[in-house]
Amino acid sequence: MIVSIASGKGGTGKTSVAVNMALSLENVQFLDCDVEEPNAHLLLHPKMSRDKPVNISVPVVNEKLCDHCGKCAEFCKYNAIFVSSEKVLLFPELCHSCGGCVIVCPKKAISEKQRRIGTLKFGSAGDLELVYGELEVGEPMAVPIIREVKRQIKTYRTVILDSPPGTSCPVIETVKGSDFCVLVTEPTPFGLHDLKITVQVLEDMRIPFGVVVNRAGIGDKKVYEYCREKRIPVLLEVPFQRKIAELYSRGIPFSIEMPEWKENFKTLFDEVRKLVGK
Amino acid sequence: MKQLTVLSGKGGTGKTTITASFAVLATKAVIADCDVDAPDLHILLHPEVIETQEFKGLKLAVIDEKACTECGLCREKCRFEAITEDFKIAPVACEGCGVCTVVCPVNAIALVERVSGHAYISKTKYGFMAHALLSPGEANSGKLVTLVRQNAKILAEKSRSDIIIIDGPPGIGCPVIASVSGVDAGLVVTEPTMSGMHDLERALRLLEHFGVPPLVCINMYDVNKDNTNKIVSFCRENSIKVVGKIPFNPVVTEALVNVKPIVTYASGTDVAEEIAGMWKRILSTLK
Repeated sequence: MIVSIASGKGGTGKTSVAVNMALSLENVQFLDCDVEEPNAHLLLHPKMSRDKPVNISVPVVNEKLCDHCGKCAEFCKYNAIFVSSEKVLLFPELCHSCGGCVIVCPKKAISEKQRRIGTLKFGSAGDLELVYGELEVGEPMAVPIIREVKRQIKTYRTVILDSPPGTSCPVIETVKGSDFCVLVTEPTPFGLHDLKITVQVLEDMRIPFGVVVNRAGIGDKKVYEYCREKRIPVLLEVPFQRKIAELYSRGIPFSIEMPEWKENFKTLFDEVRKLVGK
Repeated sequence: MKQLTVLSGKGGTGKTTITASFAVLATKAVIADCDVDAPDLHILLHPEVIETQEFKGLKLAVIDEKACTECGLCREKCRFEAITEDFKIAPVACEGCGVCTVVCPVNAIALVERVSGHAYISKTKYGFMAHALLSPGEANSGKLVTLVRQNAKILAEKSRSDIIIIDGPPGIGCPVIASVSGVDAGLVVTEPTMSGMHDLERALRLLEHFGVPPLVCINMYDVNKDNTNKIVSFCRENSIKVVGKIPFNPVVTEALVNVKPIVTYASGTDVAEEIAGMWKRILSTLK
């Protein structure tokens, strides 16, 4: 089963919920898809085993063959190629790696080379397997790295995907193909606003989902009202407690120091399993 | 005219809470919410929309079913897995590159414009505001951020504002890059947690990469004073100014529930005073 953890708003506790859930289960493969700011390893303290570069294909122009017709620049929707009468300028960081320029060049002057945009990291913590991606600082495109992280999925394990915040392409890429998505929110106007946007995304994608309310007790009751109206299951509430916040700040998953929570996360997962029917 | 971007790396560290207060404290500022896929600033600033613009981001491929011979070349060449087995386009996956249109032997595929969101020009009690909303699940938020920043610039020129305050998205990817490029300072809001510190370091490297002068604010600094000290000494070693240390105070959530900027809702509290002091320090470094 593949379960993704998402939120819309950042900092609601996705990683904390994902890690604590993972530590309460067995045979987990944990994939941190927040490749811009991967944080799960800071809580899991894994033993890392290896790294693998993530490359994308970008164009190289053979100046001897190029007659500066400009068809490649005209074709490129991402403004990654500029052609003047004497020169071809490439902006590889803008390239989406579609390969179109290679196809449209009438002189066959364009080939592709590999360009590194990030790294995959592999490790383990007990019987938990961790894979996370890390986008190189200054690189704009997270999606190819997320795709690479997800290629590591082992469906015979319980797969937990930790999503980046937001509702745009990196989130879509992460939650795509999940059996279930756990939405972590906080009971504030910000939490509710961003939850609603994320719900819309998941409804469009037809991925079943439920809500975990983190920092329960702060804020107001509107998240609960919204969930009731929309018949969205509230799977778990994690109360706001200074102890939980302090443990998090030190990089300690709270279910380790407060083992009663392991049961709660197990129940949460059983609930998810029931909702998925697996 | 100066531009300040509030960013964080890690989400939920308090960017929007702080930006909203800056909007109140600043006189003659234009405010730009560049977190276009989960914008929250409007919740606190209550903008009145003056103008709405359609945002057309990436185009979308469309297959003419009648002309299509189902040869499969488009599926083979599409690197985004955007063409389904029954030869339909998956809009979420399509990046509008146009490869399918050139490889199709019977010209059955065309690119069409799609509205991927909306940009807004608004008025608030505290000045003009440029903001936007990306349609859920759409791509290319970087381009929409650029549109918001252009709108903010026009507003600033028209209203003779001397500063644009930009609320950035979390992360370090394309929308963040679009939010920080060419600004006069980037205020990184962090928290004294392992994740906060890890992401602060990456956000600072991003600013360095794009040549943006960095400033740091530690929010909820008293939740873990050891970590706060680590951040302070790290910043000192790297000659980065820590312009604010905001204490933890539940009144921040209370202000949020009452949908008001904290400096308005709870003026005189330790949090409000610290944010006001921080704003003064930022202004003096911008001069």
